[in-house]
Amino acid sequence: MALRIPRVIPSQITPPETYLNRRAFLAGAFGAGAAATLGSAAAAVIPAQAGAALGYRYDAAESVDALVHAPDQNEKPNTWEQITNYNNYYEFGVGKTDPAEYAGELQTRPWNVAVAGEAEVTGSFPLEAFMKPYALEERIYRFRCVEAWSMVIPWVGFPLAQMLKRFKPTSRAKYVAFETLYRPSQMPGQREPILQWPYREGLRIDEAMNPLAFMVVGLYGRVLPNQSGAPLRLIVPWKYGFKSIKAIVRIVFTETQPETTWSQAASGEYGFYANVNPDVPHPRWSQATERRIGNPFFHERQATLLFNGYANEVASLYKGMSLHRYF
Amino acid sequence: MMDTTRKPFLGLGVERRYRLIYKPVVLLAGLLPLAWMTCALFGWLGFSAGVDPVKFLELENGKTALNLILLTLIITPVRQLAGLPHLVRLRRMAGLLAFFYAVLHFTVYVVLDLDLNWRMVGADIIKRPYITVGFAALLLLVPLAVTSTNRMMRYLGRRWSRLHRLIYLIAALGVWHFYWQEKIDVREPLIYALILAILLGYRVARSAWLRRLLASLRSDPCDGSPRRA
Repeated sequence: MALRIPRVIPSQITPPETYLNRRAFLAGAFGAGAAATLGSAAAAVIPAQAGAALGYRYDAAESVDALVHAPDQNEKPNTWEQITNYNNYYEFGVGKTDPAEYAGELQTRPWNVAVAGEAEVTGSFPLEAFMKPYALEERIYRFRCVEAWSMVIPWVGFPLAQMLKRFKPTSRAKYVAFETLYRPSQMPGQREPILQWPYREGLRIDEAMNPLAFMVVGLYGRVLPNQSGAPLRLIVPWKYGFKSIKAIVRIVFTETQPETTWSQAASGEYGFYANVNPDVPHPRWSQATERRIGNPFFHERQATLLFNGYANEVASLYKGMSLHRYF
Repeated sequence: MMDTTRKPFLGLGVERRYRLIYKPVVLLAGLLPLAWMTCALFGWLGFSAGVDPVKFLELENGKTALNLILLTLIITPVRQLAGLPHLVRLRRMAGLLAFFYAVLHFTVYVVLDLDLNWRMVGADIIKRPYITVGFAALLLLVPLAVTSTNRMMRYLGRRWSRLHRLIYLIAALGVWHFYWQEKIDVREPLIYALILAILLGYRVARSAWLRRLLASLRSDPCDGSPRRA
């Protein structure tokens, strides 16, 4: 699949200082030396440190400038302030600012990711080893919440497909399921029975292998802050935000469709697919339009696009499927 | 019960006390949420409306309206239980403030949330039940606000109190509207529902008790009238 030519390049949207330091940051951000700073919400740009030795590659010339998925020219990315202070992350509380307020407590090191199920390579991997093989790239994606607000966000990460292939899923692997960390001592929202913890999400394997599906470790060229799902989260830009699971500790290849948290909570309102679709309303509200956070007053609303504007890249996944039935 | 109305306070009788002190205090207190929202919107005094000021204004105006509606319903039980009959003089102020915030809530929704797209407003009201319910509550508040003047009270006489019983329905619709828009966490609307249930339950219980009392007085043989066989 050909990726679109970028119409917004990161140098236009990232503060120049940050931009110039990106390589340095990304080289060192995931090293042991940087671990102490990872929890800080301020998340200053981290200079190259011992982590470089771990060998994280960040091929800026290719990855950033050629692979950026910029939405329309008129769509400016939201600010760091907006992106990190307006989060649905019920593990830290149901308020939009609860994650920014409480997620700092979460210890994201050491962090292990368990891989299980229908794959040849399984086991538990420390995050550093887990991340090692991937070149990081920046992608500017639209982010559409099922609550009908949206943002544009410059993520840093690597394609999900690259990661999944490494575990050599077998022919029985029809789905891939993800699980968030369950640690009520540091995730106060998990002490309330608002959802069934731990949070679970899943994708059909062909959805997961689509080049747009992205594993995220950074934001705006900085380490992903805790309230945004550190240290490792998924981004599926053509689906409603709740599909994009945060703080992942477990990945399971399955033959049958996995249970997902929101469809367990209200199966009539949230389906497994949750593709952004202006023609399929939520039972209680319309999905035809969205409010773009940060737009000026009186110009906040805009039309919601089928598959959040990524129809060219993903519509073929759903050929012959009723998008009304499989919402 | 102690009659608190006779005691002079700052040398003022009860009439003037309400007119010169209590009502202005309630009015100012009732405008505090507006002052707070204004400060938050402009970032004054360290307050903040957050990343999504539209949602903030929508939610806070709506909740303030609902709080004030419940306040109007608390007045009757308090004046009966605490023996403060004059408290009723503050009810109109609370009711009109509730109407004011309900109108602000709707205005924010139409002007800032839907960018004055009337076609969408209409579609929402017809197709989205939680908005239908909220809009119905707002519409029902209009006749109550219009008939809140002394002159209208005199003109309507007994019909006035019958009309104003609509507030029970309005409160229920408001709480329902709040409940129905929540994505999953309905704990807060349920607290509102519980408070409303207590306030309405009190009225049902009291009227049942009064009816029984009346019935027992009628059938009391001590009053000398012959009992029916």
